[in-house]
Amino acid sequence: MSDHPYAFLVLFLAVAVAFPLVLLTVARLWFRCFQPAKPNAAKQAPYECGLAESGDAWIQFKAHYYLYAILFLIFDVELLFLLPFAAAFTALPVTAIVTMLLFLLLLVEGLIWAWGRGHLEWK
Amino acid sequence: MSDPTFNAPGITDMERDELRRHGILLTGLEELYNWGRSHSVWPLNFGLACCAIEMIAASMAKFDIARFGSEVFRPSPRQADLLIVSGTVTKKMAPQVVRLWNQMPEPKYCIAMGACAISGGPFKQGYNVLKGIDRFIPVDIYIPGCPPRPEALLHGLVQLQEKIRNQAISGPAAPRHLQAEADCNCPIPECGAHDIEPTRNDALWPKPPELLRPTKT
Repeated sequence: MSDHPYAFLVLFLAVAVAFPLVLLTVARLWFRCFQPAKPNAAKQAPYECGLAESGDAWIQFKAHYYLYAILFLIFDVELLFLLPFAAAFTALPVTAIVTMLLFLLLLVEGLIWAWGRGHLEWK
Repeated sequence: MSDPTFNAPGITDMERDELRRHGILLTGLEELYNWGRSHSVWPLNFGLACCAIEMIAASMAKFDIARFGSEVFRPSPRQADLLIVSGTVTKKMAPQVVRLWNQMPEPKYCIAMGACAISGGPFKQGYNVLKGIDRFIPVDIYIPGCPPRPEALLHGLVQLQEKIRNQAISGPAAPRHLQAEADCNCPIPECGAHDIEPTRNDALWPKPPELLRPTKT
């Protein structure tokens, strides 16, 4: 053993690698010598809840859902700004309130635009 | 008593037991292997009816199935060794039970727990109840009762461990999972118009002999 204070780490590493390798090798050898593989269709199936799998895994969602997600995001982000705005409302100067109202107006305008184009109705 | 799993030439069972009493363990690969797996039988996390409540009770602190190494109820058949058919198997459920059995890796064992799983029990005359799961999958241990108490399930488990300990790992007496040519696949029934089809696994549940009627003369 070397005198280096961290030399034991090399030993640890060697044991950490060798231990699982030995176990896996023994398991593999056992499988090779004693345990013939018994595959069948049910065992190879991807679904394992007892039911037979049905349909296609590649389900398509309507692209329309994307617009809902965007509209939700407007209010989601808006809330982040509205909460500090409401908390500090009485101490704010007039310019800040006007700026904030302008920001709200822009967002509401976007909503009205989407509403007017009928994006809020599920088709 | 002669132990079939221990066959060391030149040492009798009596001598072996004498050595064990003095703290010297003589054993063979077969005995060691079976000892290991008989004490780590992992059941499938799968319950069907009221027997499942008793099964759950057996896994809890009061009865503590962990004492026998079987507390690890696996939620996937890929990791389970033991299928406890705990309750009434309806004809709608039978295909699922057989599919789960087929998805379990060998070696695997089956316990038919309670009257329903054994024979249909009180619902035997019902139009939609399977009259025993052993019509479709090979059952190792039958536990009678309606439902059996948790102690009965533990007793069944101990009996199963006894069975596992006595299995050979080579030769013609080896169980099916160690024989390369043995077919371990159980046909999965389907729900037909009037009954599940087929109504039985012919390899496990042979048809009763035809009635021989005297011909009229």
